[in-house]
This record gives sequence, structure tokens and C-alpha cells, in this order.
Amino acid sequence: MKLRHLATALGGVIVAFVLLVGIFAPLLAPHDPFAQDLMRRMVPPEWMEGGSTANWLGTDQLGRDYLSRLIYGARISMLIGILTVVTSGTIGITLGVLGGFFGGRVDDVVMFAITCRLSIPLILVALTVVALLGSSLTLVILTLGLLLWDRFAVVARTTTMQVRNLDYIAAARAAGASLAHILLREVLPNILSHLLVVATLEMALAILLEATLSFLGLGVPSPLPSWGLMIAEGKDYMFFSPWVIMVPGVTLFVLVMGINLLGDGLRDLLRAERV
Amino acid sequence: MLIFVFRRAVLALLVCLTVLVVSFALTRLSGDLAASIAGPNATADDVAIIRKNYGLDRPLTQQFVDWAAAAASGDLGRSYLYHAPVSGLIRVRLPVTLTLGLSGLAIALVVAIPLGILAAMREGSAADRAIMLVALLGQAMPSFWLSLTLIIWFGLNLQWLPISGIESWQGYILPATVLAFSAIPALMRLTRAGMVDALSADYIRTARAKGLSRSKIVLKHALRNAAMPVVSIAAVQLGFMLGGSIVIETVFALPGIGYLAWESISKNDFPVVQAVVMILALLYIGLTLLADLMNAVLDPRLRAS
Repeated sequence: MKLRHLATALGGVIVAFVLLVGIFAPLLAPHDPFAQDLMRRMVPPEWMEGGSTANWLGTDQLGRDYLSRLIYGARISMLIGILTVVTSGTIGITLGVLGGFFGGRVDDVVMFAITCRLSIPLILVALTVVALLGSSLTLVILTLGLLLWDRFAVVARTTTMQVRNLDYIAAARAAGASLAHILLREVLPNILSHLLVVATLEMALAILLEATLSFLGLGVPSPLPSWGLMIAEGKDYMFFSPWVIMVPGVTLFVLVMGINLLGDGLRDLLRAERV
Repeated sequence: MLIFVFRRAVLALLVCLTVLVVSFALTRLSGDLAASIAGPNATADDVAIIRKNYGLDRPLTQQFVDWAAAAASGDLGRSYLYHAPVSGLIRVRLPVTLTLGLSGLAIALVVAIPLGILAAMREGSAADRAIMLVALLGQAMPSFWLSLTLIIWFGLNLQWLPISGIESWQGYILPATVLAFSAIPALMRLTRAGMVDALSADYIRTARAKGLSRSKIVLKHALRNAAMPVVSIAAVQLGFMLGGSIVIETVFALPGIGYLAWESISKNDFPVVQAVVMILALLYIGLTLLADLMNAVLDPRLRAS
């Protein structure tokens, strides 16, 4: 049992750490993440041969400080993760709660929407939209937010179905509560814990997808220091200096793993509560 | 049963139509297509000529109906980039993507099912924990990064496998492995959950009371029941994997429809993009329909609903 708690705590620490790094990026970064120094290109990290303490994680192909870019990249990943989840959560939860609460025709429509959404090839459509409208941070967030609501809707729908016939809903109705009050004050708070688990999953997915889109050249635009973009830019040099893709890759991996660990821990907590 | 099949088929058809309308609208409403084809240096006259030649001056609904009618008869339009019929481009590339997807799924099943069974048989043990931890790590691995890492290790340092293209079948090994990685966590969790349920069921206790051996109980009785959801999820998973192969095909330069789509997107070749979206959506819808029907055949209770 102890290992479980340790894993959840580790996840929480990772997420909190990256969040803080993102918020305080300007204070933490040793250099300007956009400043180029063409005389100092592809300097390896400090612990490798040829590295120096001037650039702890080395420099990229334009001589920009890798650590500073990594630190500012935390901002982008967290921003994408959080804002995407807010957007997709709003859409998915609204649809799911309505479908689950009213059932019948409303539910049919919601289920149909979920099925359609799942049939749309996610990466392909996201790439197309970004290619057409021109890449920007806002557009990536909006596109992912408008596409990643399906799991929110599925979970909100099933959990609402479970609570809609419980006594406290009937009591609220008998007390003359309005529909909005019942949905927002009675249903929503009682399914929120389940939605929190979905939120962690979707946040991890959004961060991975942003990195993927940026890697394919259709995510956040250069010179923003997205981790996915850093891997894409380092790709041409990876055979001689593998660290250029290892550094942002491992960072991305650790953050996503941290979010997943946190989500897993939350889910176990919920399960334990119910028993 | 017939009514069930009919209802599912009609639903699939409706979903298909909606997805097509949405994806069509998306490429047309999100900007001036003619202007993006013409490029940044084109004059207003150039754009007007392109608009007329490609039929982009007609009303949107008209364009969609024309496109859909042609698509239904197998004509997916002409590629702006290759100056060739889109259907021909896709016919050549689809087998590559399907081979990649199916071999990825095969690898995923071969890894996920035994590990899932093992984890379920030793529920709560260190082995179970370790297996679930691997699932968690797999989920967090960005597939494009895993691809690059494998290219460096196996292609460059060890020189065991080709790092791009499919001149030989070995070219599929690395991409299929990366693709399998994306499906293994879900399949493994599902196998484990199904086996845990099945192993605690009454008929297992009966089998055990009859004195059957442990391996016989697990393989003959529990697995048969646990396998059902895994088989149907595997079909759905294949749909997701085909959609996700765009990233892997791009990294490994595999000439499948994913790579074709990526190329077309960056070159504004929208008839091709539209066709690939359609093919991937159709494959996904077909596979979920197959999964539904398989479940209904295996479990008569589902047909009633």
C-alpha cells in the first residue's frame, strides 16, 4: 500500500514542480531563451566532454541556452495542458451531464456526438486545422480543447446517471430547486471527483499531442521553446549529439508520467472511498 | 439479431456522414482555400483563376454534394500536388499503413495478453505492480520521441535494423514496435481487469472444486471470458492506431497514407487530406461496428438492448 502513496506523492511533486518552474520561468532561467549566440552552437551539457557551467544543459543549433529554453517550455506545456482541459472539460461535462440527467432523446444526441467525435482522426484533423489557420499557441489550445472532450462526456454521463435517482436529488426537487440549481449544485459536486481523474488523463494527452503537433511542424510556432519543437529542431543533429533530443524528451516523459501517477493515485483514492 | 445489426449499421452510416460533413466544412470554412493553394506571392487574379479551375467558386453545399457523389463511386478527385487521381495514390499507400497497423496490433497483443494474465494471477504482488508500472511508463512515452530513440539505438549504434523506408520487411520492425507501445497499456489493463473478474467468478470455484489444474482453469475457463472485451477493444484500438500512424510514418519515412496526409497538409493538397480523413474515419467506424457485432455474437445479452 505504501508504494502506491509514494507513487501518487511523486506524481504530485513532479506536477507541482513543473508548474512552479513554469510560473517563475523568468526568475529561474539563467539566460534569455531566445538569445542566439552563433559562436557557441551545440555546446554539450556540463557533465559531457566540452561542456561548461555557462550552459548547464548545453546550447542548441542557434546557440540558445538549452536549460533556459527547457524552463520556458514548462510554461507552454502547462499552459496547453490546463487551458485545453478547461475548454474540453466545459464542453464534455455539459454534454455528459445533460445526456445522463435527461436520458431519452437528449442522451441519444449526446451519444451520437461522442461516437462522431471518436470517429474523427484526431491528429490528422488537428494538423489540418493548424495548417489552414496558421500555427499559434491559442489555436493549438482551441483545437485540442474542441477535440478532447469525449472522455469527459462519457464519464460525466455515466456518473450523472448513477446519481440522478438518488434521494438528495429528489429532495432538492421536492424543495422546489430550479433545474440549474439541481444540475450545478447537486449533480456536479457529486461527480466532480471522477471528472478530476479524467482531467489528469486529458491534461497528459493534451501535453503529448501539443508536443506531437509541434514536432510535426504544425503546433506552436518557432521560436517559442515548446519541448516538442525542441525535439524537432534537434532531430537533424541527433546522430552526432543525441542529448539534443534526450533532454527535452526525458523532460516531457517525466511530466506526463507525473500527471498519470497523480491521476492513478486519485482514482485509487476514489475506489477506496466507495468501498 | 437482424434488427440489432440493422440498427447498428444505420447508426454507423449516420456517424460516417456527419464526420464527412464536419471534416469537409473544416477544410473549407477555416480560410480561403484558393489563396492557400496559390501561395503568398500570388496576385488576386491568380487566386481567382485557381478558385474557378478547382470549382471552389461554387456554393459549399454544392461542392460537398458533388464531392460525396463522386467519392461514393470511387472517384476521390485529383491531387493538386501529384496531378494524379487521389484514389490511385491511396491504393498504393494503404497496404503499407494496414501492414504497419496490423503488425503493431499483433505485437501489442502478444505482449499485453500474457502480461495481463500474469498480473491478474498474482494480483497485488510485486510482479503485478511492476507490470502496471510498465503500463504507466508506456502511456507517458511520446511516440515520436520513442521512434527517434530507437532509431539512434538500433539503427545507428547497433546497426541492426533499417531506420527508414521499407525496402525489406525489417523496415517495419521499429515502427510497428513503437505503434504497439501505444496500444499495450490499454490492452494490458483490460486483460488484467477481465481476468481478475473472471478468476473470482463462481464457475472458476466450481472448476477448482472439480480438481482441475491451475493452468487449465486459467487458459480454458477464465481466459475465454476475459478475452471477449479484449478482442473487441483490439478492433477499436486498431482504428486508433491507424489514425496515430501518421506520426510514426512521418518519422520513419514509411510511404503509407499517414505520411501522404502529412505531406499533403503541408503542401495544401486538400483533396488528398479530405480522402485520407474519410478513409481513416471509415476504417474506424467499420472496426467499431465489427467489434459491436462480435460482442453481440459472443454475448446474447447485448442483443436485447
